[in-house]
Amino acid sequence: MTTPDISIESDRLPQRKSVLQHIGSLARKQPLGFAGGLVVLAMVFMAVFAPWLAPFDPEQANFADMLVPPGSTSEMGEGFFLLGTDQFGRDLFSRIIYGARTALLVGFTAAIIGSCAGLALGVASAYFGGYFDLILQRIIDVFMAFPLIIMALAIVAIFGTGTEKVIMAITIPFIPRCARVVRSSALAVREMPYVDAARSIGYSSARIIFRHIAPNVVAPFLIMLTAFLGEAILLEASLSYLGLGVQEPTPAWGLMLQGGAEEYAESAIWVPIFPGLAITIAVFGFNLFGDAVRDALDPRLRSQ
Amino acid sequence: MYTYIIKRLLMLLPTLIGAAILIFLLLRLVPGDVCLLKFGGEGSYADPQQILQCQQRLGLTDPIWQQFFDYMVGFFTFDLGVSMWTSQPVAYEIAIRFELSLQVALMATFVSVVIALPLGIISAAKQNSWIDYLVRTFSIAGIAMPSFWLGILIILGLLIGSQAWFGRPWMPPIHFQSFFVDPVHNMSQLIWPALATGYRYSAVATRMTRSAMLEVLREDYVRTARAKGLIEKVIINKHALKNAMLPVITIVGIEFAFLMGGLVVTEQVFNLNGLGKLFVSAVTQSDYTMTQALVMLVVAIFVLMNFLVDIMYAWLDPRIRYS
Amino acid sequence: MKSRLTRFAASVALGSALVVGAGSMPASAQEQGGELRLVVGSDIPSYDGHIESTFGMIHPIRPFYSLLIRVNPDNPSSPTDFVCDLCVGEVPKPTNDGKTYTFKIRKGVTFQDGQELTSADIKATFDKLAFPPDGIASNRKAYFAMIDSVEAPDPETVVFNLKFPSGTFIPSIAMPFNFIYSKNDLDERGYTWHQTNVNGTGPFHFVEHVQGSHVTGKKNPNYYHEGKPYLDGYTSLIAPKMSVRLQAIRGGQADIEFRGFPPKARDDLKEALGDQIEVQESDWNCVLIVTPNHEAKPFDDPRVRQALSLSIDRHQGSEYLSKIAIVKTVGGIGFPGHPISSSPEYLEKNIIGYSKDIEASREKAKALLKEAGHENLKFTLHNRGVDQPYKVVGTWLIDQWRRIGLDVEQWVQPSTPFYATLRTQKNFEVSLDFNCQAVVNPIADISKFLPSSGANYSYFEDAELESIYAELLATGDEGKQRELFAQFEKRVLNDLASQFITLWWYKINPYRSYVKGWKIAPSHYLNQSLENIWIDSAERKKQLGG
Repeated sequence: MTTPDISIESDRLPQRKSVLQHIGSLARKQPLGFAGGLVVLAMVFMAVFAPWLAPFDPEQANFADMLVPPGSTSEMGEGFFLLGTDQFGRDLFSRIIYGARTALLVGFTAAIIGSCAGLALGVASAYFGGYFDLILQRIIDVFMAFPLIIMALAIVAIFGTGTEKVIMAITIPFIPRCARVVRSSALAVREMPYVDAARSIGYSSARIIFRHIAPNVVAPFLIMLTAFLGEAILLEASLSYLGLGVQEPTPAWGLMLQGGAEEYAESAIWVPIFPGLAITIAVFGFNLFGDAVRDALDPRLRSQ
Repeated sequence: MYTYIIKRLLMLLPTLIGAAILIFLLLRLVPGDVCLLKFGGEGSYADPQQILQCQQRLGLTDPIWQQFFDYMVGFFTFDLGVSMWTSQPVAYEIAIRFELSLQVALMATFVSVVIALPLGIISAAKQNSWIDYLVRTFSIAGIAMPSFWLGILIILGLLIGSQAWFGRPWMPPIHFQSFFVDPVHNMSQLIWPALATGYRYSAVATRMTRSAMLEVLREDYVRTARAKGLIEKVIINKHALKNAMLPVITIVGIEFAFLMGGLVVTEQVFNLNGLGKLFVSAVTQSDYTMTQALVMLVVAIFVLMNFLVDIMYAWLDPRIRYS
Repeated sequence: MKSRLTRFAASVALGSALVVGAGSMPASAQEQGGELRLVVGSDIPSYDGHIESTFGMIHPIRPFYSLLIRVNPDNPSSPTDFVCDLCVGEVPKPTNDGKTYTFKIRKGVTFQDGQELTSADIKATFDKLAFPPDGIASNRKAYFAMIDSVEAPDPETVVFNLKFPSGTFIPSIAMPFNFIYSKNDLDERGYTWHQTNVNGTGPFHFVEHVQGSHVTGKKNPNYYHEGKPYLDGYTSLIAPKMSVRLQAIRGGQADIEFRGFPPKARDDLKEALGDQIEVQESDWNCVLIVTPNHEAKPFDDPRVRQALSLSIDRHQGSEYLSKIAIVKTVGGIGFPGHPISSSPEYLEKNIIGYSKDIEASREKAKALLKEAGHENLKFTLHNRGVDQPYKVVGTWLIDQWRRIGLDVEQWVQPSTPFYATLRTQKNFEVSLDFNCQAVVNPIADISKFLPSSGANYSYFEDAELESIYAELLATGDEGKQRELFAQFEKRVLNDLASQFITLWWYKINPYRSYVKGWKIAPSHYLNQSLENIWIDSAERKKQLGG
């Protein structure tokens, strides 16, 4: 009889638990989300400490060690290639570690800018309504119907390739999608009595939007934001694979799958395997994490 | 109902016109044009006079509003014009690729439904069990894996596997034959991309099936059925599944629309001569007429699919019609 | 000139014969029948050879057409061995002080639609090429600047009257793009009809073209070269990705690719399939050129440009890059090994960036940069979005420049905006550019480096360079030509460093060993009529089954 009581007690008073216990209970309740969180943390760690983690300069070609298999030592003396090298003799392990920087830079920038701009547009559209809403929604219709990859192709064709352009190409299609979701949540909030009350007192639009409407659309906003993270990493990889994304010699996972990786895949299978795994694990982690966030925030889906 | 349909149909127009304007402007912002590429694409000497003549012939020297006007007239009279790159009618160019894209989209949708339905239902019925986690891991892995990477692995696996087993390496055919002409050739080429994309697209459908099932399982009538002592299998089959299908059909329909124009990367890996590959080459060749027509086709399929979904909802739920 | 050229041809031929005696089979062994499946890495913009310049059109379409004269299909590695195709007898020698060429035309040649070919068709074709009417494009007009008029005095004779004697006339006539069209077609159907229709006199007849997928041709039963073609037909499959083309040959979906694969790909194929794969190799008349924009600071300073060239280790690059890219040979501005081009020893001693002491060169490069006040220069290398060899060479160059402390980023554009940047926007700092010709003809080929050529994108002017070239064109003396050629090269690569050479391309064609009778040429545009190719059906069955 006593055991369940204690557990209820400790659930109510989480501050009594040690950090480890806390993490342990989270891992039990949300094992997938927890695993996702770990992957995200590992990526951030890799990106931040890349210079200390990577045994080699990721951009330095090393022609004596071209396409050597994983676990070889360098011909040039010092050094060990954990995951082998690519066709320029660059260490795959180092390039994957530095690649996490590119992936996170693209992923976070595109997701944050995309969802924040979407939030602003969505809330404004819901709050002001009328013609503003009507016209904005028609514009959003256009962008939503527009094939995402085509938009990205066009943007790259106009502005050229490179990290910033890729971020732009990925961010633009995110904005309308987030705006649409936020708007529908905001519409529901707009009719709430307390918003009416705030309006009748004479609060400014900005104040009402930021104080009263915005907090209530945080849940859909966060759901979109986390969903965009994984998607942005995948899109970056696709664009780089098409040769329209990040460019050599910058280390980026999608780029590592293009060119030599496919041509030499049969005799140097490690070249396409490891970057592909890196993308899959990263996006997998972000998706699990995003699902957990959604489960936590969306009451309809909360476990019984 | 009819007024609702007409109202929704009229609302499609601004989207289509907006997309037409957007792609028109985007293309004109890309520096260079098809003539520059044609006459000096291999780095050879290009006579400026000839480039100018080519531009004049294709109407690229007309004022921008004139070009837009011509394009709009063509759009409304269903005259898609001639490809600037191949000089063949755009409608013909699209038609020869449509069959392939349609077939892959259908096959991939089929694969995705076959994967998603059972997995989603099991996952919901056994919520938070290890089966549920396994299913979710499997389906999230599908969406996390870049489809082109999966494609590369499939081709590699076929080459290496066939050499190991049959002593001679084999890869899928690299050019399309209609199913009605050579079904063996056709299927041995298209089954692989259909599996790769079908698996990927099953992830969203699985999730949707799972959550729709969960929601329905919580509804009163299911609880009642449970209370009546009906066995779980009957509840799921008879009561829950039917009602959970609507959102699933919706998501499958929208995915199908995406598949029709969105297989850009997979088509590269398998060398499929479909609409996605045409898209990439049209954009990189600055083939304005072709890109515009393709964008309008894909946008039209997308908005029509959405329209059909809306109509279906409205038909099933009368409240929507009047709001 | 003749003897040296013959020696040169023999050495190139040796290079390709190193591999296998593809053409050494006795004539009796040539088997009739079978279908060839070739893969092509580029799309077909139009069928009109007169306006296109891509191998994507040549490989599938050239077999439907004939030329007036062509590179000898039995000796395609020679740059001077031309033979008649539609003419009869020897390639004519000029008369009237080198200003008149008279060709005798073959009788009984028919177009695919049954029309009979006469000299009027040849006159009409070259009139279109050299003097296109207003509004009609001809991408070859500049090559025929020496032609004054073309006459067809009778149905079996064509006479070319030149404005001045020219050593480039015969090589220009032999270019594989000069498809012979029917006069009737041009008159009745218009000058743009051939962009979307095919009607030729070549070894194969056009069957169908599915855009973006494939072209098929079947044997021309009335072909005028006795006993040819051997094949019943061919399918040309379009596969833009190199990995797909490679896998298609490995996986039995294609027999041959005519552009070229990197060495690593050849080794992989050989390893997987052993003697089921045969390989031919040759130097390739294409080269990537580093093109600094002289209008962009600090690339207006010759010291900066010289430093960029000095810091490139071409010899090490040749050794290593040749394993992963379709480039190999260290050379100057002329096709390596051609008698007029500079020898490797000469380049090493006299041209900057060719010394084997790379450390010394890099020290010199750093000193030059310091002197110019641009020690830690940061710039972008503009490149074309094509993997082989553009992006591979670009990545290599960036690595080379990093070694003298330069911070270089790569800016890659798809082909259309890439050329728009070079030609009209001019907003690049340093770019890669490309010089690739069909028939080896160095004196004509190096016009690329001339500021006035219209195809030079480094944007500068130099009177001295122009005058050397004018003199080079006008002289017929071999010794004088070599001297002027070397002078021109030194001016371009040393004094101005206006543009500089990376590595010359190297063509490697691995293919299924049951494909017989094809011979490699130093260009992927040449010897593509497919009429000499035949298939060993027993071997094919052994390899592919069924």
